[in-house]
Amino acid sequence: MSQSTNIPQNQAGGNRPQILSSASHKQSRYAVNRMAKIAMIVCASSSFLILLVIIAFIFREGLPAFIEVGFFQFLFGIDWSPSRGMFGILPMIAGSLAVTIGSIAVAIPLGVACAILLAEIAPFKVREALRPAVELLVGIPSVIYGLVGMLVIVPAVRQIGGTGYSVLAACVVLIVMILPTIISISEDSIRAVPRKYKEGSLSLGATQWQTVWHVLIPAARSGIGASIVLGIGRAIGETMAMIMVIGNAVMVPTSPLSPARTLTGNIAVEINYATGLHANALFATAIILLAFIVILNSITMALFKRGFRGQSES
Amino acid sequence: MAKVNPKTTQTIARTLIWGAGAVTALILVAIVIYILARGLPFINWEFLTTVPRGGLSGEGGISSTIVTTLYLIGLTIAILVIPGVGTAIYLTQYARDNWPTNAIRYAINTLAGVPSIVFGLFGFALFVTVLSFNFSILSGALTLVCLLLPTLISTSEEAIRAVPPYQKEAGLALGATKWQTILHVILPAALPGIVTGIILCIGRAIGETACLYVTMGGSAAMPTSLLSGGRTMALHVFYLATDTSAFDKAMATAAILVIVVIIINSLTNWIARRFQLRLMGRS
Repeated sequence: MSQSTNIPQNQAGGNRPQILSSASHKQSRYAVNRMAKIAMIVCASSSFLILLVIIAFIFREGLPAFIEVGFFQFLFGIDWSPSRGMFGILPMIAGSLAVTIGSIAVAIPLGVACAILLAEIAPFKVREALRPAVELLVGIPSVIYGLVGMLVIVPAVRQIGGTGYSVLAACVVLIVMILPTIISISEDSIRAVPRKYKEGSLSLGATQWQTVWHVLIPAARSGIGASIVLGIGRAIGETMAMIMVIGNAVMVPTSPLSPARTLTGNIAVEINYATGLHANALFATAIILLAFIVILNSITMALFKRGFRGQSES
Repeated sequence: MAKVNPKTTQTIARTLIWGAGAVTALILVAIVIYILARGLPFINWEFLTTVPRGGLSGEGGISSTIVTTLYLIGLTIAILVIPGVGTAIYLTQYARDNWPTNAIRYAINTLAGVPSIVFGLFGFALFVTVLSFNFSILSGALTLVCLLLPTLISTSEEAIRAVPPYQKEAGLALGATKWQTILHVILPAALPGIVTGIILCIGRAIGETACLYVTMGGSAAMPTSLLSGGRTMALHVFYLATDTSAFDKAMATAAILVIVVIIINSLTNWIARRFQLRLMGRS
């Protein structure tokens, strides 16, 4: 990036060697060069514009619900009944938090353990076999996880009690879905720890496990933290697989076996027929969801930044 | 903890970690085998070439969903490539370390974390309602472009950054303009990486459902134009599983999707390996 600024770009002088273009192109290629730069700036601003338009639309449609229903009434109201004009999303917040916490609690230890296995312990052949497997888990569409959940997990949960469409089933499906995220990013960050850390620890007589636990994991902790936050983001944002296994009943889940509804599911299930204030309330649901994501994203960025600083100090 | 012999701790920890690895591997193998075993027997020529009946019946095949998926992917990639690769070029070749660049990077990172359903809601509000594209492949594709833009930008950026700087310097030293250097030197060298990024996007487009569920309408009919509604294969799996009890057909469609994902993963790995070898061979 830096070297590009010292190279003169617009010297249209005649003494310039003409290797790549004929004399007739001499002037036009500099014009093209300038136009190209403008075109690239336009391209680059597209993401920024898209984000702005998304935020503008979601807020334009969502804010009326906050005003009409009342912000706290909306956020902490326990009744969601569009036909009676009642819009409280606390049950959905509770549903989203329940499945996220439930799945993360299992996926973190399992995922970090797999990352350690892949990065440090497993012999080369095992690693080469497991890596594509993890990649495949990432690539499988979420509806397929939902489908397998409906056909395998839900009946299994039904054996314990209830209809099977439950927070527990949703958690099991989510665990499988976020594991690959946690594994691959944690593995990368453990691998990124400078070799000398590990060698220093081993040469001091530490066992392999002591090295992993006291040296590698602390050194990679920001990357591991980021993988967890990304996993949480994926869990909160998942929609279709959740609709398929969680039952979608509007209620604050009281046990792992009771059905629930997530924030994302609330939007997807109702948006196609919602009108008026009901539609506004769904956009407002998206605002709450976005707020969760922005908070998580800031945490991720902070963690990554800390990670890079840590590496440059070494 | 400190009193325990480190060797014992090590043995316990290694056992637990191998256990975790075995559980994960087992889950994966079980899922893939389950889908393929339940789905593959129902795949035949008739299934692939019949239009699904739609509604609550669950009868018929998946031909229109395959066509819709192909239309959607073609349109999405056609719209996506220029802004995606263009942004990557800007960020690697033109951008200085100033606030607009940071704002663009922040926007890309934020977009990457926005849930699919929020893109869907936005697409529903803008493309379906305000621009009156209605529930259509076009609305779905435009929504997908917003969703996939961060993915293509970051993979293309990585690919361009992997091009050795002396190639660019050589181009500039020969008197080429910056744009000529980008077009004739940098982009060809980064092409395999960019293609990998595009294939990744295709893979995600094939599996994406939430944002398409609210922008494409889910009609089971064969699409006649880009403005007709439709359902992709992944959406078809969802409709079959939730509206009907045709789980065999859902599984068969899922099996096809899993095979496509396996092909895509092998393809990207193959390109990535060749790309790496080529770059290493030249440097």
